[in-house]
Amino acid sequence: MLFSISWRNVWRNKLRSSVIIIAIALGICAGVFSSAFYKGMADQRIEKAIKSEISHIQVHVPQFRQANDITKFMPEAARLTEEIINIPEVKGASNRIIIFSMVASAETASGVKITGVHPKAEKNVTNIHTKLVEGNYFEEKRKNPIVVGQKLAEKLRVKMGSKVVLTLQDIDNNIVNGAFRIVGIYNTANNGFDESNVFIKYTDLSRLMNLPPNAGHEIAVLAENNEIVPVVKEKIHTITPEYVVESWTELSPEMNYLTEAMDLYMYIFIVIILFALLFGIINTMLMVVLERVKEIGMLMAIGMNKLRIFLMVVLESIFLSLSGGIVGVLLGTAVSKYFETHSIDLSIWGEVYKDLGYDPFVYTSLEYSLLINVTIMVILTGIIASLYPAYKALQNDPADALRIE
Amino acid sequence: MSVIEIKNLYKIYDGTGIEVKAVNGIDLNIEEGEFTAIVGPSGSGKTTFLNLVGGLDRPTDGQVIVDGIDVWSLRSRKLIDFRLHNIGFVFQAYNLIPVLTAGENVEFIMQLQGWSKNDRMKRTHDLLRAVGIEDRIDSRPAKLSGGQQQRVAVARALASKPKFVLADEPTANLDSKSTENLLDIMEKLNREEKITFIFSTHDARVIKKARRVITIEDGKILKDETK
Repeated sequence: MLFSISWRNVWRNKLRSSVIIIAIALGICAGVFSSAFYKGMADQRIEKAIKSEISHIQVHVPQFRQANDITKFMPEAARLTEEIINIPEVKGASNRIIIFSMVASAETASGVKITGVHPKAEKNVTNIHTKLVEGNYFEEKRKNPIVVGQKLAEKLRVKMGSKVVLTLQDIDNNIVNGAFRIVGIYNTANNGFDESNVFIKYTDLSRLMNLPPNAGHEIAVLAENNEIVPVVKEKIHTITPEYVVESWTELSPEMNYLTEAMDLYMYIFIVIILFALLFGIINTMLMVVLERVKEIGMLMAIGMNKLRIFLMVVLESIFLSLSGGIVGVLLGTAVSKYFETHSIDLSIWGEVYKDLGYDPFVYTSLEYSLLINVTIMVILTGIIASLYPAYKALQNDPADALRIE
Repeated sequence: MSVIEIKNLYKIYDGTGIEVKAVNGIDLNIEEGEFTAIVGPSGSGKTTFLNLVGGLDRPTDGQVIVDGIDVWSLRSRKLIDFRLHNIGFVFQAYNLIPVLTAGENVEFIMQLQGWSKNDRMKRTHDLLRAVGIEDRIDSRPAKLSGGQQQRVAVARALASKPKFVLADEPTANLDSKSTENLLDIMEKLNREEKITFIFSTHDARVIKKARRVITIEDGKILKDETK
C-alpha cells in the first residue's frame, strides 16, 4: 500500500507534478538524443576510418610503422595475404606497398602517402572506390594511373587526366620519379585524408621502388564485423607469428579514445542535466512534505514508523522522477530512432566537420545500455532528491503536526 | 481492571518564559470498557491530556501506564509500535489519508500491523458495515460527507483492535444528525464489543451519552462523575 500511496500522492497536485515531470522528460530526452547524436557521429567517424583508411587489422614488419622504413617489407606478403583471405571470418585482405613521398603538379607539390594497391583486392577491404567523384578506380587500361583525393587535386590544381609526378626513394636509396595520370578523384569527406593520400597500382609502385615480386609493407584486413576482430587477429597472428598484427584500436588509438571519450561525455552531459533537475525535484518534494505536515503527523500518530514515512517520501520522489524519466527515455528513443535513418544535415558547417574527419550528415546511434543506465541514474536522482525532504518529514512531531488547523 | 493508569501527570510549557501548566498533576484510572468523556472549556488541557495518554506528547512528569507498560519509558520506535498496536485515534478533522479510499484507509492500519490480505478485507468490510458505510468502501474521503469521514475514522481507529480509542472532539465538525449517528455507533461498539472510548468534548450531546464524565480545568481534574 506504501507504493500505492506514494504513486497516488504524485498525482495529488497534477499541475505541479506535471511541470516537473515534463521538465525531467525534456531533460532526459535531450540527454538521450544528444548521446545518440554524438555516438552516431563517433561511430560514423570510426566506420569511415575503418572502411576508408585503416581497415580492421593490419600486418607489418615490426619496425615498419615506427619509422616508415621502406626496407622493412614482408617478402612473402602475397602468400600471407592469400592465407589470411582463407580465414572464414575475413571479408577481404589486401597486400599494399606504402611510402611517404612527394607528388608534384605543373604548379605545385605536396607531401603524400603513396599506397600501391591491388585494385580488385583493395575493393574488398576499403571503400575508396565508392567515394569517387570523378573517373574510376583503375578500371581503364592506362599506363601509370593514379587516384587522388579531391582536396589534393584542388591543392595541386589538377583535374581528371592531368599528369602528376611522384618523386620517391627506392629500396636502394635512389631517388626515382614516375609520371602518373589522374584516373580517379575521390572524396571521403575527411579533408585531412583526402589531401594526403594517393593510390597507384601495386605493380607500378613495386617497379618504381625496386621491390621484390610479391613483397609488401602492409596487409590490410577487413573482418566480417567489428566484434570478431580480436578472434581474427589471433588467427592472423598464428599465420604470421614473426610480424606485428594490430587491430584498428591499436593502429588508431585515438579512434578508440574517441569512443571512450564520447561515452564519458555522454554520461557527464546526462549527469549535468540530472544535477540541474535534482534541485527541481528537491524543491517539489520539499513543497510536498511541508504541505503535508499534518498528514505526516497523523500517520506517525496512528503508528506508521519513521522508516515507512521515509520510504513513502523516497518512493514518491522516485515515481515522480521515473515518470519523467520514462517519458524522456521513450521520447529520446523515438527521436533518436527517427534520425537513425534520416540524417541530421550539418553541411552548413560541412568544411569544419570534414577538416576534423567527421561526416557532415550525421545518423544517430542509440545504445540500449545507455537507456538502462539513464533509467538507473534517474532513479538515483529521485532517491537523492528525496533525502532532504524525507529527513524534514521525519522531523515532524505528531502532536505539533496535529495541532495545525 | 484498569486499562490505563495515569499517575501524577504534568505537562508544562515554558517556551516563552511564562510557565503554562497545561496538565497539572492528574491521577486517573480508566477501566476496560469505559465510555468516558473528558470535558472542559477551550484551553483547559483536554487535547494535551489525550496527547499525553496517547503517547503523542511527552509529559513533563508523571506516568501513563497501559497494561502495565509505562508508555513514556518506551524509545521512539517502540512507542510508535505501541501506538499502532494499542491505541486507536479519532481526530477532530477526521485526518483520513486523502489518496486512499474509505476501505483502504481502514485496511492501512491492519497492513501496518502485518495482517494477511484476506483478514484485512474481511475486517474492513465488518468495520465499515458496523459504522454503516460499507456501501462507500471505494469512495475517497473527498467524496464523503464530514459525518461519513468521521465514521471511517472510527472504523480505522478500531481496525487494529486497540486496547482503547482516543477521540479528540470527534463531533466538533459534524452537524446534529451526524453527531447522533456517530455517537450511536461508538456507544454500540462500546456496549457490544467492550471497546474503551475516551473522548474530549464540550458537546452536550456527547456528554449526555458518556457514562463517565471527567471535567478538567486549568489542567486539573475538577470533577469525575460516573453515571
